[in-house]
Amino acid sequence: MLQIQGLSVETGGKEILRGINLFIGTGETHVLFGPNGSGKTTLLMAIMGFPRYKITRGRIIFKGHDITNASLDERARLGIGMSFQRPPVVRGVKMRDMVSACLGSRDDGTAVAQLAERLNMGDLMDRDVNYGFSGGEIKRSELLQLLVQEPDLTLLDEPESGVDLVNIALIGEMINELLQKNLKRNRTRAGLIITHTGHILDYVHASKGYVLIDGTVRCERDARECLDSIKKHGYEGCATCLK
Amino acid sequence: MSKVVPSRKNRELAEKALEKKPALGEDIDLSAYSSSAEEHRYQNEPSHLPSQEKENMLKVGITLDDRSQRAGTFVQIDRSVIHTSASQDGVEVMSITKALETYSWLEDYWWRAVSVDTDKFTAQAEVNLDNGYFIRALPGAKVVYPVQACLYIAHQNLAQKVHNVIIAEEDSEIHIITGCATKPMQASGLHIGISEFYIKRGAKLTFTMIHNWAPGVAVRPRSGAIIEENGVFLSNYVCMKPVRSVQMYPVARCVGEKAIVRFNTILVAPPGSNLDTGSRVLLDAKGSRAEIVARTITTGGTIIARGYIAGSAPDVKGHLECRGLILSERGVIHAIPELKGELAGVDLSHEAAVGKIAEEEVEYLMARGLTRDEATAMIVRGFLRVDIEGLPPELAAELRHAVEISEKELF
Repeated sequence: MLQIQGLSVETGGKEILRGINLFIGTGETHVLFGPNGSGKTTLLMAIMGFPRYKITRGRIIFKGHDITNASLDERARLGIGMSFQRPPVVRGVKMRDMVSACLGSRDDGTAVAQLAERLNMGDLMDRDVNYGFSGGEIKRSELLQLLVQEPDLTLLDEPESGVDLVNIALIGEMINELLQKNLKRNRTRAGLIITHTGHILDYVHASKGYVLIDGTVRCERDARECLDSIKKHGYEGCATCLK
Repeated sequence: MSKVVPSRKNRELAEKALEKKPALGEDIDLSAYSSSAEEHRYQNEPSHLPSQEKENMLKVGITLDDRSQRAGTFVQIDRSVIHTSASQDGVEVMSITKALETYSWLEDYWWRAVSVDTDKFTAQAEVNLDNGYFIRALPGAKVVYPVQACLYIAHQNLAQKVHNVIIAEEDSEIHIITGCATKPMQASGLHIGISEFYIKRGAKLTFTMIHNWAPGVAVRPRSGAIIEENGVFLSNYVCMKPVRSVQMYPVARCVGEKAIVRFNTILVAPPGSNLDTGSRVLLDAKGSRAEIVARTITTGGTIIARGYIAGSAPDVKGHLECRGLILSERGVIHAIPELKGELAGVDLSHEAAVGKIAEEEVEYLMARGLTRDEATAMIVRGFLRVDIEGLPPELAAELRHAVEISEKELF
């Protein structure tokens, strides 16, 4: 699904990522760990194709296409989607219109309405996008947009941050749906999740984990083991881990 | 139209002000315009007008073929009132000249909300009046459908001078759509429009004005509103089409307790357009409230967006919001929000923002699969969509329609 080869990325004239290699197979979900400022969000933004994040070396291959030079919207239309941790407020644009935009040319208004209800988003559909939304509402809004967009590869930036214990189960359920975790086989979706706390792993199964430190991948192993090791040895331990 | 006997005092004041330069906006040489135009025949059935003109009027919310959703209609072309009608009890629609003949008391309202010697334009309207409309909701009348009024310039280089008086009597409720337009290729023209609004105790007046002039036309409205106790005045103004210059700064005075005023303005200035507009509110009575919202876009023209709220009574509250989007390298938006508090108990605030569309917002939408152009269009559409509280659904639809027609031409 996604293959990243020797990727280096700079933003604001500063190199943030160096020589990243990563492979996510179809149907797989991987997680990214790492201390603040290690470059996790930068990696997601570079995969999504935000112009501020310049790829200086390496390639990104998605579903067999070299998308290194593809624009942000081209990548979205090819099937990459992203949930934002702090999305901007878009005054005047209603959630309803935003969600319709995610539908693209497909027409399935009824399903969208049902989905919105299930996500407790019914009341928010006539509000301006993200305007006055609580942390939990932003998460649900992002997931609703992605569920409608149906990307093949979903990039999630800290989906559990700012979500209370009651809502985290709902968020987890939505992510599982997004990543087709209910399907035992023939899954076509893949995911890459940034997590600080690892709480999301209690709800969403991920196969592989990476630890990003100072812009390079220092560790790559089973996601659970990765989390346990961080809990035990801290990121310093990861820095010396060669597994 | 000189059947009206003007009060000597107004006439004297006007004559002294005939050369008085306007306080704001470019000065206009009135002698460059024609004061005469051919007479247009009165139409009992306005749907008989040529289809091209009906289409031009439809773009500003005036529907002549099917008037089932209108409580009344007034149409003036150049200097001639060609149709007036009212189809609901409790609403009166007539030409202002006829109203002045019919109601001697109308003198008491004449030049009360606007001063006759404001400048050369008000003076000219007094001395050389063409006509204008009189719309009145009788006490307690709830006028369901909007009354529509159209002021249209067809004659080349005409200076059209109208004076309108709108009265919402006690506890009445009325909605008015005013559409102003010219023939699409009008090379030059001048519209001077005096409008005086009187909102009596407990009355509610919604006034929606849609302008669709031509690139050679100059427009000088002079408007004033007086709102009494518990009265509500909701004024919406839309001007999205090219026009040489518009300068107006209507003033609403809340003279009764708990009077409410809201001004909503949507402006688009294409290259060559000069729009100097704003809204002024004087909160002179206890507990009165004002809200002024302006959304302005330049695609190359110049916009001065003014706003002024003065609070001089206890417990008044006012908010002014002006947001401007610059969608071209050459456009100018100058927001001038002003607040004046004359008492400790007033609560006045404003927010103003001018700039280009936030790149972050465009990218956010692009990440959902929209192209850059689609994302920009969506943000601009949202920007122009002012949610107007208290606007009846038919009027909201009309307003949305007017905005949508022009929106399409933006991209």
